[in-house]
Amino acid sequence: MTQPKLNLSPQVSDEVRKTTCYMCACRCGINVHMKGGKVAYIEGNRDHPVNKGVLCAKGSAGIMQHLSPARLRAPLKRVGPRGSGEFQEISWDEALQIATDWLKPLRATAPEKLAFFTGRDQSQSFTGWWAQAFGTPNWAAHGGFCSVNMAAAGIYTMGGSFWEFGQPDWDRTKLFLIFGVAEDHDSNPIKMGLGKLKARGARVIGVNPIRSGYNAVADDWVGITPGTDGLFILSLVHELLKAGKIDLGYLIRYTNAPYLVNAHDGPEKGLFLRGEDGKPLVRDRRTGQAVAWDKPGISPDLGNGVEIGGLTHLPVFRHLADRYLSDDYAPEAVAERCGIPAPRIRAIAAEIARVAFDEEITIDQPWTDFRGVTHDRMVGRPVAMHAMRGVSAHSNGFQTCRALHMLQILIGSIETPGGFRFKPPYPKPPEAHPRPHAGYAPGQPLDGPHLGYPLGPEHLLIDDDGQPKRIDKAFSWDAPMSPHGMMHMVISNAHAGDPYQIDTLFLYMANMAWNSSMNTSQVMEMLTDQNPDGSYKIPRIIYSDAYSSEMVAFADLILPDTTYLERHDCISLLDRPICEAEALADSIRWPVVQPDRDVRPFQSVLLDLGARLGLPGMIKEDGTAKFKDYADYITNHERRPGVGPLAGFRGNGTGQGRGAPNPDQINRYIENGGFWIDHIPEEAQFYKPWNAAYQDWAVARGLYDSPQPYLFNLYSEPMRKFQLAAEGHGHRQPPEHLRARLIQTMDPLPLWYPTFTDADTDPADYPLHALTQRPMAHYHSWGSQNAWLRQIHGHTPLYVSGDLWTEHKFAEGDWATLTSPHGKITLQVVRMDALNPRTVWTWNAVAKRRGAWALSEQAPEATKSALLNHLIHELLPPKGDGLRWANSDPVTGQAAWYDLRVRIEKAPEGQSLSYPAHPAQASPVPKAPQDITHQVKA
Amino acid sequence: MTTLPTTTQKKLGLVIDLDTCVGCHACVISCKGWNTENYGAPLSDLDAYGGEPEGTFLNRVHTFEVTRDTAPPMVVHFPKSCLHCDNAPCVTVCPTGASYKRQEDGIVLVNESACIGCGLCAWACPYGAREMDGAEKVMKKCTLCVDRIYNENLPEIDREPACVRTCPAGARHFGDFADPDSNVSKLTRERGGFDLMPEQGTAPVNKYLPPRGRDTLDMPDLASMCDPAPENAKGFLGWLDRALERL
Repeated sequence: MTQPKLNLSPQVSDEVRKTTCYMCACRCGINVHMKGGKVAYIEGNRDHPVNKGVLCAKGSAGIMQHLSPARLRAPLKRVGPRGSGEFQEISWDEALQIATDWLKPLRATAPEKLAFFTGRDQSQSFTGWWAQAFGTPNWAAHGGFCSVNMAAAGIYTMGGSFWEFGQPDWDRTKLFLIFGVAEDHDSNPIKMGLGKLKARGARVIGVNPIRSGYNAVADDWVGITPGTDGLFILSLVHELLKAGKIDLGYLIRYTNAPYLVNAHDGPEKGLFLRGEDGKPLVRDRRTGQAVAWDKPGISPDLGNGVEIGGLTHLPVFRHLADRYLSDDYAPEAVAERCGIPAPRIRAIAAEIARVAFDEEITIDQPWTDFRGVTHDRMVGRPVAMHAMRGVSAHSNGFQTCRALHMLQILIGSIETPGGFRFKPPYPKPPEAHPRPHAGYAPGQPLDGPHLGYPLGPEHLLIDDDGQPKRIDKAFSWDAPMSPHGMMHMVISNAHAGDPYQIDTLFLYMANMAWNSSMNTSQVMEMLTDQNPDGSYKIPRIIYSDAYSSEMVAFADLILPDTTYLERHDCISLLDRPICEAEALADSIRWPVVQPDRDVRPFQSVLLDLGARLGLPGMIKEDGTAKFKDYADYITNHERRPGVGPLAGFRGNGTGQGRGAPNPDQINRYIENGGFWIDHIPEEAQFYKPWNAAYQDWAVARGLYDSPQPYLFNLYSEPMRKFQLAAEGHGHRQPPEHLRARLIQTMDPLPLWYPTFTDADTDPADYPLHALTQRPMAHYHSWGSQNAWLRQIHGHTPLYVSGDLWTEHKFAEGDWATLTSPHGKITLQVVRMDALNPRTVWTWNAVAKRRGAWALSEQAPEATKSALLNHLIHELLPPKGDGLRWANSDPVTGQAAWYDLRVRIEKAPEGQSLSYPAHPAQASPVPKAPQDITHQVKA
Repeated sequence: MTTLPTTTQKKLGLVIDLDTCVGCHACVISCKGWNTENYGAPLSDLDAYGGEPEGTFLNRVHTFEVTRDTAPPMVVHFPKSCLHCDNAPCVTVCPTGASYKRQEDGIVLVNESACIGCGLCAWACPYGAREMDGAEKVMKKCTLCVDRIYNENLPEIDREPACVRTCPAGARHFGDFADPDSNVSKLTRERGGFDLMPEQGTAPVNKYLPPRGRDTLDMPDLASMCDPAPENAKGFLGWLDRALERL
């Protein structure tokens, strides 16, 4: 037999260009193989700290995103009615002139009338800087409708949270608990980590109403009822406290557990007792006296208080123990509500205790703490946890995230070997972050950065009448601690002119007319709603996107962006960093190909616009543009002297973190594979908040300007300050209707309460919970324009449990209608047994409006798919009190997507299309090709 | 009829770990990308942006639910591509000799220039692992990245199939089953690797590792692990006081 002779060593490519992926939010390193100047093949970069060579489906499909027929081709001016999608292509000169003519008078007279919100922006430190220079208080990115509860609870509790803030110690942990995760958040690192745990035989416990993805490979699956994670966690805490399986030494050394809490009625009640020097006091067990928390040689008490003024002031830990030892948190008391049998809760608590305390691990590495005490080794509790949007996107999400962090802290697993580790520039407590700012004046820049961490009512962004200063009402009594803003409220507030009218809504990379808004159908109406004189309620809308998304049709002016392979970007430490627990790192994107359309990178356009508007920092003294483009800004902008967007190769090329701008910096990144990495010294790798070597290293790298050791806030004093205000203390008082809610939800110790929707829903009307999940192979609305990825997930079946399947006599191919108090959708049902029995779910953001994304009108994304968004309102249903309450977390304003309650009914025979079916929008891009046989010839 | 080699010098193939696969489809798309650019005709996508898109994929991931009487249901992600069988029925059925199994390493390939697109091999394969390309009308299948694994233009570390290189969870392993000391032989032995549908007599080279037991956590009550537990040590405060004393 003769075999054909094969060429076993074909030329793979003629060049490899290393840049950063943007197919989701992970920011993996990629090798882009080029043939004849064209992109031929994309694989993971083995040297890159995030993905170490692997790449997910999205990343490998980047080539189809880059070649998408939905790419916009030139600036567009609206010529038809809003929403129709009728546009005329115009030149950049004309586009920029229009934008300048709209924005210049605003800046001169009322800068707050520009609302600039960026979506899945990876350049927030830049767009925020631009908005600050413009002078509008109305800027934020998409965190408010994403996972701000997780981020904020983490910062307020311990100075960092999951994903960009920290990671499990994948190489050492022996027990890993993962709670409801959106799979585009740290997706490759989590998969790599799970692979490591599996290879070592470590146990993985998945807590999620749906057993898919990570939960499918979890050794144990807890199919919890949505919105009850906090109750489950507090029941675990109850069990651990009852058994004394907590790390008391850790709590004394590294947390505010010993701080004495003022028991006197009045404006100080519930705040920490402080000495004359302002230092919080603790009870020294040796003397029984109240002494400064950091007095050398003391033995802080956790159980007993100190009597002062006839009252006993107890330590934080005593309050904590009294609360969670209550039978209200016993497994039997929470089992039914959580949908988890009590013995299973006990077993999980016991396993946490066993691994944390019986399998303690040590590293023989001496280190010195901030008190100057040297320890001869590092001791760890190898239990790690991870959570994201699943626990976060509820109206009790902030307190649930606090509860989860408290659980991690009680067992002493934060920043210890085998537990959870911060990634620089975190840890960083709330005090080390800025406060929010909204001081605006005509022709002036804003008085400081927009977003920050309020430490009490004095930091709210409200005027003397208590009215919000921001259009999204962030940092008002509606959502006092909303450090990511509330993008999901912008359109409805702007439409209602509440708290004031705006003129121009400027959006970037946010599909707010579709999958990124609650209440999608009405949002489209708000965007097109007119005054009696025919003018639009929201007068002007500018939008920048690379693709023909649903939002494009609702803008008046489109500034077309490039694809991620055609532009510069920096993944900056000033922004959403990509560091590792063991290293500081940042990275770039650079144009591996030039655009073949009349499009420009959005950040460069924004600099051009800034120069035309004469914004400070963007023009030279002679009034000409200071920066040629975004690459110029990345290289030469300094946020503080010596600290710029990129930390690597500064000064003469050897500067790490600090150093003068280096004109060759971007080239050095390119030579280095698109990233820069700097490893943390061994003695500084754990106990970072308290480790003197870490603190000194962080100062040397420019992360802080002085060492900032701090203690974890089991008890949150800032929250107590808001609660005190609601109880009537202090100058700044909340409106009457919010008092009771603030007193309940601003509790300084973690608590659980039913989601607002659960509390107000009659189970007879809406017996089921409804969720969406993001497919691992898609990222928000982008996946469906991708010829490869849409073949993996091209429509949105409604997954229902076996119980519901039987109860409703469903048969294969049936359709069902889901009804919420707010709307209806109709989808085809599919049975799934590995599902919380009272929960239904479908895929997120796969559904498309006809005419969008260059898909045919017969595409299953339009005909067999619907967004759950149509069922979710940004406001709760009227309760008869004359008010409309936000469908958000009351602390942070996070959109409560997963509070949704529905009922299900079989659709009538003959149903063959999904509902709702919106009329098609005209496509501003040409028809897509029919078939693809793509191969790049060298 | 095409004949199979009686033996092959190597038996190259994959071990796919069903305990670890999270079903992310990274392998599917990485395969699509590499094989669109390399061996033979590109993998086409018909009606790529339309109502019924249909593309050629050499590797697909299926998902199955396993319901159990006394434990929660399991979900298993099941990636499937050509298993490079020793008794490959797709080869023996081929009328032109286009389908063949390589003597040196056992990889089953299609010589596209000899393929007449009759589709008999796809019918003969009990695994449904072959796909007729809709545009080119030739049979496509997993090549085990024969143009990567020996490719001197690639760094040595990258000479493995694209799906293995990209798998984020490390659920895919490549090696020589003829070598009892290879990583794939060891994994198969240690983890009870099994043949897919052995009753078909195809003697597949690729092996699957079964999911480990699920939902087995069974711990005694915490109180029994404590000495003494706060509950029977005169209450929490008494316990706390003594515990602090010991610190």
